[in-house]
Amino acid sequence: MNFKNLREYLAWLYYQYLLITGIYVLEPWEKSIFNSILFSVIAMVIYTSYVFVPIHVRLALEFFTRMFGGQPESTMTLMT
Amino acid sequence: MTESSVNKLLNGDSCRRTSNGLKTSKNGFVKNHCLLQQPHKYRRPRDKNPNVPHNPSLYKKPFVESFEETPLMVAVLTYMGYGILTIFGYLRDFLRQWNIEKRHIARERDEQKDFVPLYQDFENFYNRNLYIRIRDNWNRPVCSVPGPKMDLIERSTPNYNWTFEYTGRVLKDVLNLGSYNYLGFAENKGPCADAAIEATQAYGVGVGSTRCEMGNLDIHEELEQLVARFLGVESSMAFGMGFATNSMNIPALTGKGCLILSDELNHASLVLGARLSSSTIRVFKHNNMQSLEKLLRDAIVHGQPRTHRPWKKILIVVEGIYSMEGSIVRLPEIIALKKHYKAYLYLDEAHSIGALGPNGKGVVDYFGLDPKDVDIMMGTFTKSFGAAGGYIGGKKELIDYLRCHSHSAVYATSMSPPVAQQIITSMKIIMGEDGTTLGADRLRQLHENTTYFRRKLHDMGLIIYGNEDSPVIPMMLYMPAKIGAFGRQMLKKNIGIVGVGFPATPIIESRARFCVSAAHTREMLNTVTRTKFPRIQSNYSPIQRALTEE
Repeated sequence: MNFKNLREYLAWLYYQYLLITGIYVLEPWEKSIFNSILFSVIAMVIYTSYVFVPIHVRLALEFFTRMFGGQPESTMTLMT
Repeated sequence: MTESSVNKLLNGDSCRRTSNGLKTSKNGFVKNHCLLQQPHKYRRPRDKNPNVPHNPSLYKKPFVESFEETPLMVAVLTYMGYGILTIFGYLRDFLRQWNIEKRHIARERDEQKDFVPLYQDFENFYNRNLYIRIRDNWNRPVCSVPGPKMDLIERSTPNYNWTFEYTGRVLKDVLNLGSYNYLGFAENKGPCADAAIEATQAYGVGVGSTRCEMGNLDIHEELEQLVARFLGVESSMAFGMGFATNSMNIPALTGKGCLILSDELNHASLVLGARLSSSTIRVFKHNNMQSLEKLLRDAIVHGQPRTHRPWKKILIVVEGIYSMEGSIVRLPEIIALKKHYKAYLYLDEAHSIGALGPNGKGVVDYFGLDPKDVDIMMGTFTKSFGAAGGYIGGKKELIDYLRCHSHSAVYATSMSPPVAQQIITSMKIIMGEDGTTLGADRLRQLHENTTYFRRKLHDMGLIIYGNEDSPVIPMMLYMPAKIGAFGRQMLKKNIGIVGVGFPATPIIESRARFCVSAAHTREMLNTVTRTKFPRIQSNYSPIQRALTEE
């Protein structure tokens, strides 16, 4: 399969999406309903991850560094 | 006491061996005298390959069949697709129920509301919410001879396949990959058509009676003798309809107190005939000889269900080629089993007669076996001979019995004379008795086309089911939307194919079935494989992908 330009490639991808999800057999208004629901769910997922994932990652890293960073101090106190 | 000393006491000599080489177990008895036994190792389910014959000495040439497993991702996506379509199906049913949308479907009347609902089961749900949406791929009107190329009447639908209208155009020269035209005898010119015209002028078209009354013409007698000579059996009988041959003759052969062992994927006519006969029916796994042997042994050991009396007859019902899978029956092993356990064999060669074997004489010829080993050889004239009807061949006593006791012989109109003449002419061509090499050429062409097409499709990475030599080629599509898309895209490129979905196949294993014909030329087959299959079907086969990655 050789695609002459990006437009053709995107059209092929959309066609594959229609076939695999089974949307291909539905009438156009049903396709629009499904596409809009899917698009809004994906948009919400992206927005939530953009807002919350950096904060969670930072907190998790802080938690783990405190747990392992604090270790040498406690073993030293045990030995002495 | 150890095992060896027990053996010595019971048998006199130490470690006595039985005739087929199995060691005796603790009491000196040999368990599992199975003919086609698997070795007693625990095998992980993935290692077991039921397609490898366990007695390779019975087969004269390699028996290569493949039914690749559905790739996991594909199965998951298929279920997901069906789930989405089910949700939309419920939505549409809701809209129809509350009259928000116009209703085209058959529904109950208001007076029937208090009765048991008629259209609530899954088949009806599937029908109105999935089948109707892609229904334009089936029942396409053909307006020419269904040979290697045909003409279709174009239809359009204003309301998404609920109703159809003719646009007035005719699609000419659509490549025909759906007709069972294995030897290319579906033609309106040539020796067969000329002979049929002469027969119409001599006898007319209708017969007007049954075989037992006034409908027995001399052309029927000639046909039956020819069929018996073709198959290599003592005698044969021909019927007007292939479906009726199965469904009306099995009840004449078996009855109460008999056992029918039928394959999982047998045709509806065989299932109907078995059920009409009121015999006990047990089903064995498709083409699986261990399952069949186990059923035979259980039947002989335990007898009939409550009384434990021996069964009057045990009839094994199999087909030559299974049209949905493209698999060929393991006939040598079945005949070995049949002789060992003294059962009878009914072989339905609907698709394999004329299409398999070096002389076109069916699956018995393909394996090089003796036709007298198969008790009842049944077949149809629809597929390779370009006519309609069915036949049963066997011993003379059997056929004489069927002439009196078969429902089809007594009640059904006999075969029409031009159809019978078409069969006579085409059978003589296949046997080579008309003096030309047309029959041998066609058989060779069919074999070449089958091998070529299968190899091409396999090289493209598509999953193909079935035996290497069968002219029926199912190509897996799996997803419901692809059946519709594939049919429509192929029609745009002037190729007509048959897509098969749920009720005929398991729900996730939808497929497109190609029927190769001797009338197809290599050019035509190249046209098919050159179309942009990958737009619909990507490279699923893990074996092929592994080969291309190297």
